[in-house]
Amino acid sequence: MKRRDFFLRTAGAGLGLSAVASLGGLHPLMARPAMAAAADMAAVRGGEPNVMFDRAIAAMGGMGRFVKKGQKVVIKPNIGWDVPPDRAANTNPLLVKRIVEHCFNAGAKEVLVFDNTCDAWTKCYRTSGIEKYVREAGGKVVPGNTEGYYQEVEIKNGKKLKSAKVHELYLEADVIIDVPVLKNHESTKLTIAMKNLMGVVWDRRYWHRNDLNQCIADFAGFHRRPDLVVVDAYNVMMRHGPRGVSKSDVVNMKAQIVSTDMVAADTAAAKMFGTDPASIRYIRLAQEMGVGTMDLSSLNISRIKI
Amino acid sequence: MKVHRLKIMRIVLSLFFLIITSLLFLDYRRIIPDSWFHVILSLQFVPSLLKFSTLLSLSAFGFLVVLILSFLFGRIYCSTICPLGIMQDVTAWLSRKMRSKKNRRYHHAKAHNILRYSILGITVAALLFGSTWLLLLLDPYSNYGRIMTYFLKPVVVGLNNVLASLLQKKDIYTLYPVSIPAVKAAVYAVPGAILVLTLWMSATKGRLYCNTVCPVGAFLGLISKVSLFRFRINKTACTSCRLCEFSCKSACIDLKNMTVDNSRCVTCFDCLDSCNFGAISYTVRRPAASVKEPELVPVTPAGKKKDFDASKRAFLLGTVAFLAGAARISSAKEYPKNARPTTIPEEKEFPVTPPGSISIQHFTDHCTACSLCIDACPSDVLQPAFLQYGLAGMMQPVMDYHAGYCNYDCVRCTEVCPTGAILPLEPEAKKLVQMGLAVFVKESCVVFTDETNCGACAEHCPTKAVHMVPYKDDLVIPETTDDICIGCGACEHACPTEPFKAIYVNGKNIQSVAKKPKTEKLENPLEDTEDFPF
Repeated sequence: MKRRDFFLRTAGAGLGLSAVASLGGLHPLMARPAMAAAADMAAVRGGEPNVMFDRAIAAMGGMGRFVKKGQKVVIKPNIGWDVPPDRAANTNPLLVKRIVEHCFNAGAKEVLVFDNTCDAWTKCYRTSGIEKYVREAGGKVVPGNTEGYYQEVEIKNGKKLKSAKVHELYLEADVIIDVPVLKNHESTKLTIAMKNLMGVVWDRRYWHRNDLNQCIADFAGFHRRPDLVVVDAYNVMMRHGPRGVSKSDVVNMKAQIVSTDMVAADTAAAKMFGTDPASIRYIRLAQEMGVGTMDLSSLNISRIKI
Repeated sequence: MKVHRLKIMRIVLSLFFLIITSLLFLDYRRIIPDSWFHVILSLQFVPSLLKFSTLLSLSAFGFLVVLILSFLFGRIYCSTICPLGIMQDVTAWLSRKMRSKKNRRYHHAKAHNILRYSILGITVAALLFGSTWLLLLLDPYSNYGRIMTYFLKPVVVGLNNVLASLLQKKDIYTLYPVSIPAVKAAVYAVPGAILVLTLWMSATKGRLYCNTVCPVGAFLGLISKVSLFRFRINKTACTSCRLCEFSCKSACIDLKNMTVDNSRCVTCFDCLDSCNFGAISYTVRRPAASVKEPELVPVTPAGKKKDFDASKRAFLLGTVAFLAGAARISSAKEYPKNARPTTIPEEKEFPVTPPGSISIQHFTDHCTACSLCIDACPSDVLQPAFLQYGLAGMMQPVMDYHAGYCNYDCVRCTEVCPTGAILPLEPEAKKLVQMGLAVFVKESCVVFTDETNCGACAEHCPTKAVHMVPYKDDLVIPETTDDICIGCGACEHACPTEPFKAIYVNGKNIQSVAKKPKTEKLENPLEDTEDFPF
């Protein structure tokens, strides 16, 4: 789909929706009163990944707030490494599955999942459990392994990253859900929502050799941003990230943060991790570029303990 | 029309072996389970022999089976198991289909004894002196493997890529494009020459290659001279119609002298099928003088021009698909390089051999460059060597960390290698095999030259042999710990500097065992609380 078509289509969808809303909300999800009081961010602790997501998305106003009937949803988990789920190098597969289910419940036409992995992609998809769980929920697992899938786009406000090759699905999707796993990262300190988007671009080496932190912030400032961010902090890799060496690097934090703002999500997740968000350069840079806010007190946060 | 039972059996078996062997090389999606490779390839003569020479165990018994089969029945290996031989049967069959009935005939010819036994002799002598080079060049199984890898697989992958891109437009992702790694032109030389030679020889002269060039053919031919079952002509029954001679793709039936050169016979049983009088037999002893009732059955089926056209179309289609697929892959646009190109070359003392290959010596001595591991490797890190092992080692696989890196949990190459050049490893053992050591060149590192954080190497390191340590201000820079480094090349592959990497792996002449990465207990700041720090 061309960018213009995309704008036209989203604009059309928006008009349609407002029309429906003005009619008094015929759809049960639209009629839900929680919609008005929907949180900017939901933080959950103490449950299993799927249960925490059920609670968090309800607090955010339900998946219907983000996914409309007939839409094409792209979910971008972290599937970077050929390691099993308990090593917490990849997003928890159970969480990804639950998100796919919520998308279909909200009427999504298609739910597609991919990552441009670091280790051999077929092995990552399999070992992470994500391929199996997504298929079980009826979603499609899409490869991100060939340059042919990636289209060059301009990054208008980028300081170091002026252009990038972005996976066509990321550009075509009606809804993008960014589902990172919170974990240690030896050079950027933490990898969360913004850093997870490195997996939708082709040439990561360019980022590494041209000021990694600035490039992460630059891409976060790209006009097409995730509509929803779900930070998986169920199992958290506290050191040796992003790949980890063994299970001893992982703690069972049982937490989750859901937000519409990547900067806010990364800020809250960093705090959960015990790291000062201001010490992470790309978070600061992204806030300065106006991508989002680090000021959590300005947000309506729903804190849920299970 | 009745076809001889033995001929049918031979055709069915040979096609079965040809197809399953080819699939091992063409399985670009890597669906075939690792454990099948050994079973399927166990009867390949040279690989099995080499494996036996390493393991000295009867688990590599395949070559013995082939020897026994040869002593009993002649060159069964050549007719039903050897993929290069069967490929030539297919070409010969196709080329005969294209010709008029008369031109379809084979004729008896003299054996090229000097040539075939010289090649065999030199190959064996070289082997005794410890050089497997000629074996690498001439082993028919390995040559077939290379033909599959370097010629047919790109066509198959190209077709896949075209189909994948068509389906992708409809949001169907069951097929996915697969990259065709660029290989040095020189690597195509040997398999290309063998391909042309075998195609030409088989199209014109049947199994001439197998009886002049192939050392395995010559060797098994020697055994077949004394095999229990042999082809014999019953002089009383024979009418000298020469149908058997015309059908013999080994040109080994001499009707003038009523003899069959069993050393060149590849036991295809076509002659049995051709004879209308039962005058040629495949028996243990000389046939009794009694003459069989002549069976008046028509001879070989007439060829149809149509078959050839279909294959021509398929070939054209394949070529087009390959070119289109290749174009799609190579259309990649160049990206901006680093602001300051690195100037310090990677000084690799030794190339890196696959895990479980013991040493460069062991590896190069046992590998016949069949390229199966190159196809099986899910990370594309195994690539045919150019001159890394010297001229004699061209085409033998080398760990190419610019192409990929060795997946930490993967032991596939060790599972599939049929020659014992790469020995089987348990995954836990493989994680400790030190194939090489990472060398960090600080002066080339982005952190040093640009004073920005990078850490791609440490990110990818599975053991944290490469880790980041404080440098200036907020910067961290890589540091390496040799004793836990396994030389997997993840750091080198991930390193973004160009043209030379700031971290690279120097191979080890002899592989050793690395220490296990440290695992210490961890404290969780939030594990016991249920609170939110915001």
